[in-house]
Amino acid sequence: MTDLADTEPTAPAPTAATAVGISNITKRFGDVVAVDDVSLDIADGEFFAMLGPSGCGKTTTLRMIAGLEFPTQGSLTIFGQEVGTLPPNKRPVNTVFQNYALFPHLNIFDNVAFGLKMQKVPKREIGTRVGEALELVRLGHMAMRSPTQLSGGQQQRIALARALVNSPKVLLLDEPLGALDLKLREQMQGELKDLQRSLGITFVFVTHDQEEALTMSDRIAVMDEGRLLQVDPPEAIYERPVNRFVADFIGQTNLLRGTVEDHDVVCLANGARVPLATGLPKGTEVSVILRPERASITERSQTPPGRSAVDGVIEGATYLGNAIVYRVAIDWMEIDVREENRPDARRHQRGDEVTVSWDDRAVAVVAE
Amino acid sequence: MTVTEAPPPSSGPTTAVADDGDAAVATPEFEAAAEKAKSRRGFLIALPAYAYLVIFFAVPLVIVMIYSFGTRNRFGDTELSGWNLDAYRKLTEPLVRDILFRSLWLAILTTLICLVVAYPFAYFLATRTPMVRNLMLVFVMIPFWSNFLVRNFAWRVLLGTDGPFSRMTEAIGLGETRILFTPTAVVLGLVYGFLPFMILPLYASIERIDLGLVEASRDLYASGWQTFRRVLLPLSMPGVIAGSILVFVPSLGAYVTPEILGGAKTTLMGSYIVTQFLTARNWPVGASLSFTLTVIMLFATILYFRKGGRTL
Repeated sequence: MTDLADTEPTAPAPTAATAVGISNITKRFGDVVAVDDVSLDIADGEFFAMLGPSGCGKTTTLRMIAGLEFPTQGSLTIFGQEVGTLPPNKRPVNTVFQNYALFPHLNIFDNVAFGLKMQKVPKREIGTRVGEALELVRLGHMAMRSPTQLSGGQQQRIALARALVNSPKVLLLDEPLGALDLKLREQMQGELKDLQRSLGITFVFVTHDQEEALTMSDRIAVMDEGRLLQVDPPEAIYERPVNRFVADFIGQTNLLRGTVEDHDVVCLANGARVPLATGLPKGTEVSVILRPERASITERSQTPPGRSAVDGVIEGATYLGNAIVYRVAIDWMEIDVREENRPDARRHQRGDEVTVSWDDRAVAVVAE
Repeated sequence: MTVTEAPPPSSGPTTAVADDGDAAVATPEFEAAAEKAKSRRGFLIALPAYAYLVIFFAVPLVIVMIYSFGTRNRFGDTELSGWNLDAYRKLTEPLVRDILFRSLWLAILTTLICLVVAYPFAYFLATRTPMVRNLMLVFVMIPFWSNFLVRNFAWRVLLGTDGPFSRMTEAIGLGETRILFTPTAVVLGLVYGFLPFMILPLYASIERIDLGLVEASRDLYASGWQTFRRVLLPLSMPGVIAGSILVFVPSLGAYVTPEILGGAKTTLMGSYIVTQFLTARNWPVGASLSFTLTVIMLFATILYFRKGGRTL
């Protein structure tokens, strides 16, 4: 999870141009405010994810970029051009739909060629471009088949080819991997990432799977109940969430409540003092974000300097295969601690009295 | 059931069920018998409908065919002894040909108008919320709650020269509107009468289409018209075909509407056949015309089914 910057090649830095400019966009459906005054800029060449629970407004926002919905108010630009009320067939944008929406009465070739045909591209060129698009998703041999004869993963790739063949300026993906099984999903995540990198097109990706967002994107926009909470690269979202919701939604976390005692001390609910520079006024209610993998379990012992600790009792353990998550009951709550399933690691038993400690620099803090 | 032998000692507590020992054991013979029983059941369930169709459709059709080969004698009775095709020669007469082609033309026109009117309405219906949809479907079917004759007479009142429509055009200075007793009136009446038969199958067909495909089509640069032509129409073809059959076939043989709204000047097949049977008492001719109509309808139906029958 950590330190991957050293192992993976860095993605090309997005250019300065803004691919999609969303400015104070609000969308109301009757009384319901689906998107509430959202503003963000998506850079050209960026792999941008919109993340949040169901109903948070991420899909509605995507549909407004596509032109399938019109904003109630606000401005939407694509490469500087105001498109807020343009119909979808007039925007240089293509969408990969959640259920693929392949035309069942057309074969694969005609499905992929559809957009080109509508743009009156000459027949020969259509043939070439469709061939290339199918090769890109490695399904060239399926051109004459019917969509119903394809598996879910293959349909997804065709939906992708159908969108990309039009060389859109922005590609929109609405939870495209949701219907795939885990192995296939992970494989497609890698393929999509590679594709985006080689094509250099801006990808805007909607998902409710935070792990997917963390894996694939250059930046993530976290939304909840129509509001935009945070827009940052994955590492910043994970390490420095801006509020409780973001901290809780991304990854697993323990939220230890406390109050600010001094400019660099937070007092936890059980009275323990942890050194944390918050920059918040004294008395502010905060939550300390302790990720389960950042905590370690030891026997009851003295806390070495640079670390903080609380005492607790093991309540239970969950075996995850690659790790074991212990539930530890401390004074006022239960916290999860994740330990790698190493052969030499000692397994803790229920009832063991232990100390949970963490590096002071490994936690973050958010205001309530 | 008497137990013919003592139950095997190894069996568990005796149950109240028949103790034949091996009665419920599965065997290939049992499976074969069960399969046979299943298909026999299916046959028996369909039998009443089959019988009905044979007795009240196939047999009368054959009778009509037989009569069409007969001869009309001086007294207006039919002689079935000497079979001939004289009755079919009537079809070569210009009067009869005119009537036949007029009937065909009006039936086709009615079907086309119904299609053009019903399709947008069915699409609109399919894109409403369920509550609105159900309400509107009820409205579409309300005419069936009233008498067909009464509805046709209502049109007669509407289209007459002292009817509201004519009064309105007189008031604006366009003079009387003489639609009644013209082919236009008949088509209007037929369209009105058969429109629900076009709306309902169309609606059922369109409702089944994943409307996300319409969004995908728009996303791929198609205009509204192109989306209709290349996505909606092909996918709703079963509904178009079903609706067309349901409108064309009855329109071709229509009797009540042409009689009430068409008048003497617009004679269609339905009326002419009735005249042959009742007034002219020429049953062979009436039979031959009826049979000809039936064959045309059969061909049309087969053609339709061939064209779009895969998905019907």
